[in-house]
Amino acid sequence: MSMSTRTLLTLICEAALEARILKDLERLGAPGWTLSDARGSGARGVRSAGWDNDGNIRLEVVCGRERAEQIVAHLQERYYDNYAMICYLSDVEVLRPQKF
Amino acid sequence: MGFDPIVLFFIFGLIAGLVKSELKLPPGLYDTLSILLLLAIGLHGGVELAAQASPALLGQTLAVLALGIALPLLAFPLLRALRFPRVDAASIAAHYGSVSAGTFAVVIAYLLARDIVFESYMPLFVAVLEVPAIIVGILLAKGIRRDTDWKALSHEVFLGKSIMLLLGGLIIGVLAGKEAIAPLSPLYTSMFKPVLAFFLLEMGLIASRHLGSLRTTGPRLVIFALVFPLIGAVTGALLGTALGLTVGGVTVLATLAASGSYIAVPAAMRLALPEANPALSLTASLGISFPFNILIGIPLYLSLAEWLAS
Repeated sequence: MSMSTRTLLTLICEAALEARILKDLERLGAPGWTLSDARGSGARGVRSAGWDNDGNIRLEVVCGRERAEQIVAHLQERYYDNYAMICYLSDVEVLRPQKF
Repeated sequence: MGFDPIVLFFIFGLIAGLVKSELKLPPGLYDTLSILLLLAIGLHGGVELAAQASPALLGQTLAVLALGIALPLLAFPLLRALRFPRVDAASIAAHYGSVSAGTFAVVIAYLLARDIVFESYMPLFVAVLEVPAIIVGILLAKGIRRDTDWKALSHEVFLGKSIMLLLGGLIIGVLAGKEAIAPLSPLYTSMFKPVLAFFLLEMGLIASRHLGSLRTTGPRLVIFALVFPLIGAVTGALLGTALGLTVGGVTVLATLAASGSYIAVPAAMRLALPEANPALSLTASLGISFPFNILIGIPLYLSLAEWLAS
């Protein structure tokens, strides 16, 4: 079985940003995304997802390295200063590289 | 007369949270309860509105809109005097200029339990009061600047969950009228109090979580969150009296002016004023003013309305 390497971009941020970030992703050409509700704790305290205003989301995008770096740069410039957000890249092996 | 069970449910939630109990309602339930409450409030208002619409209502609605603009302008200088940074002061002022539908539901239940009449189109005022303070808050923080994305923001503000549910309920109520709505009427008669009681249990749990962050926000916030509801209540009560509302109506308007938003405004402020610290405004409105209004404020505002009427 032949596997190809692509980049997985994982973004965890406050749920208030959901609509904006999805719009950004579309504009930046992300081939697709997966979104889930998340809970956790970090520099901005416990984010318990108990209700509308203090929830987190976890967003995953699989794409080429270059595109992933573009998205990360955009996120850093637009949101890092004022929002609870972390984001990381990792290499993943996928079966159908043409999809990503 | 025993203690009001609705208030007791709130205290129960508050205590359960403060002793760090395992008690936690599923997040979906909180959403369900708040949707039911907002729809019920809207429907009830719409049905009554259809029955007693009058030209005077338009003038009253405009006056209430002006109240929504005036309240953040009152709160902002007070917050600045307490030495809050400009952006935080503007954000907190927006929260207090807007209203809490939860507090509204409690004052309605309080008046119904005592057979005190009030203008039943009050839910319309809840919807009217939600919006203007958000815009005033943004202008207070930034002035009129080009980089505010008003398009995305107005989407958030006018099509937010709470205002859609309230207005949707109102319109359905108006269109259907009293007889056609009868099969749904338990929503705002027999079902209203049980739903409100469970909702307040969850609100108690949430409020207790926000009380925990008081240690970091300091006494200035507590002063504001206790003093401003009183200022708002007096302003609202005076306006209600000037508009010729009943004692019940004046009480409701005073309570609305005293309450601070915790659903619509936090979400809008997060997008419009990301520099503002969301913990400050939520701790104030949910952790302090909401419990204050439920436990002490509402009976106080009723006495104020009765005193103004006599």
